[in-house]
Amino acid sequence: MTFRKYLVLAGVTLCASIGDSLLSRGMKQVGSISLDHLSDLILAVRNPWVVLGILLLLGFFASYMTALSWADLTYVLPATSLGYVLLTLIAKFYLHEAVTTSRWIGILLISAGVGFVTQGPALTHYPAKPQSHSAEYEPASTRER
Amino acid sequence: MKQAYAWSAIAAIVLASTTGDVLLSRAMKQVGDVGALWRQSGLWTVLARVLRNPSFLLGVLAMTIAFYSLLFGLSWGDVSLIAPASASLTFVTNAVAAKFFLHERVDHRRWMAAILVAGGVVLLAA
Repeated sequence: MTFRKYLVLAGVTLCASIGDSLLSRGMKQVGSISLDHLSDLILAVRNPWVVLGILLLLGFFASYMTALSWADLTYVLPATSLGYVLLTLIAKFYLHEAVTTSRWIGILLISAGVGFVTQGPALTHYPAKPQSHSAEYEPASTRER
Repeated sequence: MKQAYAWSAIAAIVLASTTGDVLLSRAMKQVGDVGALWRQSGLWTVLARVLRNPSFLLGVLAMTIAFYSLLFGLSWGDVSLIAPASASLTFVTNAVAAKFFLHERVDHRRWMAAILVAGGVVLLAA
């Protein structure tokens, strides 16, 4: 893992959580959408917060695709889930939603899970084409960290 | 009732985005390291190779469905419930899907993380 790759992962994290928060703010202004008026969902795009949220989610998508080109899905997802902590902070201090103690503990558990995964290698190295029966067992691969 | 709506939105998001994540991850592994490819042959080659990949297009379709389910969900419930709950559950289903469909090496660290995150999700929803 190079510094540039960590920057890409940070981009995934920041864009996703800030984008979601902006969308939430916008959708609260738009109000509840009923299944009978699905066209309201298209009109939601006229709200500036929703537009800004969508732009950030596009940035998220670009950096996410970049990360997936050199790391496992099961590495990228948890490695970028520090965003939940950020999301909770934004929800509490900016959107003024109530964040209970149990939700804080939930965030802690998720963070612990993130810790587990990021200690491991970023990419599964597949063994070259099996030459014999002994290749059945996948060798403990040497992967970049 | 509002709770039931929120959780059905979460279920839809999880199903669609797991499908999308697996397809997109497969597509990007086929494309290869984007940074190296960009330096070697330029941005347009990268874009062309990504946009012409069938798995990528199907993945985007699945992600679009997940995104609209998220928009629905956010208009019904709190962002600090819907966003983390769906995203973390997706992480667990993704660990299973990545093992079987992408043949990623999901070792004890990654399973442990899946269990911790699942526990975290239950607490987030409480």
